[in-house]
Amino acid sequence: MSPKGHSATPSTSPQIIFHISHISHINHLLQVDLLRFITCGSVDDGKSTLIGRLLYDSESVSLDVLAALEKRQASGGVVDLALLTDGLRAEREQGITIDVAYKYFTTPRRKFIITDAPGHVQYTRNMVTGASNADLAIVLVDARQGVIEQTRRHTLIAALLGIRHFVLAVNKMDLVDYDQAVFDQIAIDYAALTNHFHLPAATAIPLSALNGDNVVTRSKHLPWYTGPSLLEHLESVPSAVETTAAPRFQVQYVIRPQTPELPDYRGYAGQILSGQYRRGERVRVLPSGLESEIEAIEVNQEEVESAAAPQAVVIRLRDDLDVSRGDALVPVAAEATVTRELEATLCWMSEQPLWPGRKLLVQHHTTLTKASVSAILYKVNVHTFARVSAEQAQLNDIVRVRLKTAQPLAVDLYQENRATGSFILVDEVSGDTLAAGLVEASNSEYFTAPVQPPVAFSI
Amino acid sequence: MSTPSFDYLDRLEAEAIHILREVAGQFERPALLFSGGKDSIVLTRLAEKAFRPGRFPFPLVHVDTGHNFPEVLAYRDALAEQLGEKLIVRSVEDTIRRQRLREPMGKYPSRNPLQTYTLLETIEEFEFDACIGGARRDEEKARAKERIFSVRDEFGQWDPKRQRPELWNIYNGRIQKGENVRVFPISNWTELDVWRYIQRENIALPDIYFGHERTCVVLPSGQLLGLTEHIRLDKDDEIVTRQVRFRTVGDSTCTAAVESDAATVEDIIQDLLLAKVSERGATRLDDNISEAGMEDRKRNGYF
Repeated sequence: MSPKGHSATPSTSPQIIFHISHISHINHLLQVDLLRFITCGSVDDGKSTLIGRLLYDSESVSLDVLAALEKRQASGGVVDLALLTDGLRAEREQGITIDVAYKYFTTPRRKFIITDAPGHVQYTRNMVTGASNADLAIVLVDARQGVIEQTRRHTLIAALLGIRHFVLAVNKMDLVDYDQAVFDQIAIDYAALTNHFHLPAATAIPLSALNGDNVVTRSKHLPWYTGPSLLEHLESVPSAVETTAAPRFQVQYVIRPQTPELPDYRGYAGQILSGQYRRGERVRVLPSGLESEIEAIEVNQEEVESAAAPQAVVIRLRDDLDVSRGDALVPVAAEATVTRELEATLCWMSEQPLWPGRKLLVQHHTTLTKASVSAILYKVNVHTFARVSAEQAQLNDIVRVRLKTAQPLAVDLYQENRATGSFILVDEVSGDTLAAGLVEASNSEYFTAPVQPPVAFSI
Repeated sequence: MSTPSFDYLDRLEAEAIHILREVAGQFERPALLFSGGKDSIVLTRLAEKAFRPGRFPFPLVHVDTGHNFPEVLAYRDALAEQLGEKLIVRSVEDTIRRQRLREPMGKYPSRNPLQTYTLLETIEEFEFDACIGGARRDEEKARAKERIFSVRDEFGQWDPKRQRPELWNIYNGRIQKGENVRVFPISNWTELDVWRYIQRENIALPDIYFGHERTCVVLPSGQLLGLTEHIRLDKDDEIVTRQVRFRTVGDSTCTAAVESDAATVEDIIQDLLLAKVSERGATRLDDNISEAGMEDRKRNGYF
């Protein structure tokens, strides 16, 4: 069956479709990078249709998937592109997106990972989850409604989670006769919002996901709009740069072969979370404070002069120190805060409310330690971001808390380092993830003094 | 120092290695489920990158349906030998005998559903707390929503409504007794990504992935199924010999071949870029049963 038979006609673009002539480019010439983005909006805004359109027009949907969709169309005819993303049966029955879904497509320039998160206020936790990994947010508004309360909420949550690139996608332009005045007013309203909260400026794009206007190809219905189509914009936004932040590395696993050939090999395996590391660099082990020098950095068993985030590496140190999973190796010139007391923003994700004094576990990447929430300082109204007092946190609440940990953590502020400023809270008994945590302030009073000289490690 | 830039495959690789090391760091008795398919072969390459010069902190576990392609079994044994890693094989045949299960009936009897029993038995036998698998989110809609660390109850069941939120690259593998975690390090890879990685890393694969001549039964759908002794032939079945290859390697009775004379990984990538039918759709007979086919089987403990 040919997709041409559907009323959702694919718009053709030589940039997108993999013509045979492109293949050699794809394989040999271009370095394809990766962009992760989240789409924010409710079902009514046409969010799933927009994603369906991106997949469809970039030829990422295969014939059998289309055939399965058709089979479900009661009356036949128009293929509902939204059904491409609503995967679970409960969602099909209720007609809403209740969980985070991931979709993928690749153009000759980029691989894209789309995080499709639900828009309803009762699914704030899913949106927080989706935003935690995204480089960019597409905030979808209905051209007939403009900027509404949920636009504000989605934008604020995405910004809170550290997203710096925003696209304001003004959808359903076909239903307002592609009127420039409507679009301009919405763009002005949204700019007022971003200015008020000191957020990065958004790129506003008028489009119709249903008809494919300005999604992949520029539309003839919008001659007054001279900017890029949504996909053109997504292909040109700078992708993640973890390399400019301070160097951070946590030990995930200690490699000790203990073979006759390698009796003393001791390698610290982990991912560089941010920044770059060099051979010969002086580093401190946190939280112990012991100091040593990087003897070697290995990538796939080969020694390299330097390595950078997000590479997975093995680091060997000059001295035999007691270093294990959860320890951080940080250049002496770029130290992190080591603390047992934190102020953090939490998105509470459990049905059981959070009370001050609650004992739980904090997982800061590879570090797991007991902790307690000593105080709830305030709650944030997710629509206005105004602070309101709160005695407890309920599911989907965003609260500012004070946290005490049993073991010291080597942290950075979330605003400065998304990797080391983030943690999760875990229920000690069930193991469930209770909250997402963002480090907002740290108290260095508990700083662990470096131990000098390094203590020799014995097996 | 200059700012290095990374290809998307570098990023996917780094993410997968990070996930494998989290398994090693968080679990007592993990296992890598090895099917002999390209995805699990890629996992072994990633495990080498994650743990060498040390040994893998987990054995390779293969659930043998008894309907596997002989080429794949030979490849499996050779790879385990070459890696010098422990290989555990448990067979569906034994489970059928022990649990007195009914052999699947029908013209093309698939033991795919019975694999789940053997897998759960094996998990119990070795008390595995984490099983690493090569499933990808792009394979199917229900998989698109599965976490990288997916907690299963003691019956191996997946509850899509009770999934833990998975934030940043922090993976929560804390479980209660009886539960275990399925871990999918290449969740974010597509079929094309896997092939490009195989090409880049020059990974050897079982021959059946490449174009070869094979005697096949033509199914009513037009799909081709390699002829084996497990298929119950009727006299009006159409038997043909074609140049084919396999896109996925599962049970030989439920994995269809596609016509292809692709001789190299490069050829396959070109094939894929032009292909219009998704991987599971082209080759899996068992998913077509119902729209919610995969979701139902995952709920019941299927990988």
